[in-house]
Amino acid sequence: MIEWISQPWPWYVAGPLIAVVLVVLMYFGKRFGISSNLETMCSIAGAGRFVDYFKVDWKDKVWNLVFVLGTLIGGYIAHEYLTPDTAVAISQSTVDSLKQFQIIDAGADYLPKELFSWESLFTLKGGLLMVLGGVFVGFGTRYAGGCTSGHAITGLSNLELPSLVAVIGFFIGGLIMTHLVLPHLLAL
Amino acid sequence: MKFIKYLLTGIFFGIVLSKSEVISWYRIYEMFRFESFHMYGVIGSAVVVGAISILLIKKLQLKGMNGQFMSLKPKENGFKALLFGGTIFGLGWAMTGACPGPMFIIVGHGAPVFLVVILSATIGAFLYGAVKKYLPH
Repeated sequence: MIEWISQPWPWYVAGPLIAVVLVVLMYFGKRFGISSNLETMCSIAGAGRFVDYFKVDWKDKVWNLVFVLGTLIGGYIAHEYLTPDTAVAISQSTVDSLKQFQIIDAGADYLPKELFSWESLFTLKGGLLMVLGGVFVGFGTRYAGGCTSGHAITGLSNLELPSLVAVIGFFIGGLIMTHLVLPHLLAL
Repeated sequence: MKFIKYLLTGIFFGIVLSKSEVISWYRIYEMFRFESFHMYGVIGSAVVVGAISILLIKKLQLKGMNGQFMSLKPKENGFKALLFGGTIFGLGWAMTGACPGPMFIIVGHGAPVFLVVILSATIGAFLYGAVKKYLPH
């Protein structure tokens, strides 16, 4: 059992288990969606003093912050106890495409340390990826009213047309970045 | 104590996304280059199973913990907000390789530098709130 769990989980195991999370939260009377926590964190930090948008009663959103804290703990448990080998079996063409950007051991770990580490944070490339990328994620998800969990998983499962529009947007942005911008950004 | 169930559900979700490598930047990069089915399989099967579950829940009129019929309040965002906001998020998703869930999970998964990404995303959410009234929705 533990041996099986220690392997990377295939998509047909992960996808249905994500649907279980959606249904369990529905049973609790909640709608699965993570990006609204970013707004709640703004409200708690006192953003309401500057922008009325954040003057909300966040007490009924605490459950979602607790959920997110749980996900972080889940990541820790998976990393410490369930993943003896952190190599990611990405396709050979992906590995090859990254070689031209001096990412030589692509897939050896979950993240390319050349891009995501405390050292790289203070380089132009790493700083842009983490800081500007993060700002885009926060701004975009709140503008669209949801992220992958709220729109792509929950919204599409509930056959909501607005979520399909949002997911199309996710891919327009992702494809523009990956194919038109990242080749220049990673070459920095 | 009433929050413990959310903590446990979150832990479960964090483990699932870790073990399926969804939190890996490589997997997102690979997805947007159409070089693997993995991410499409994860999201696609989640949606198919989710849709069938919701259909059954509605058909059988199942009740939730609070004794009321289980349902989801649909989102009501404007078309422009969905498309423009979605596109901006997509740009960031491809840069960080993390949507709002995975950026928390990966912190626990041995990459505390992603606290910077979380902080940046929180600032991004603040900026949206600050300029919301000037944006098309």
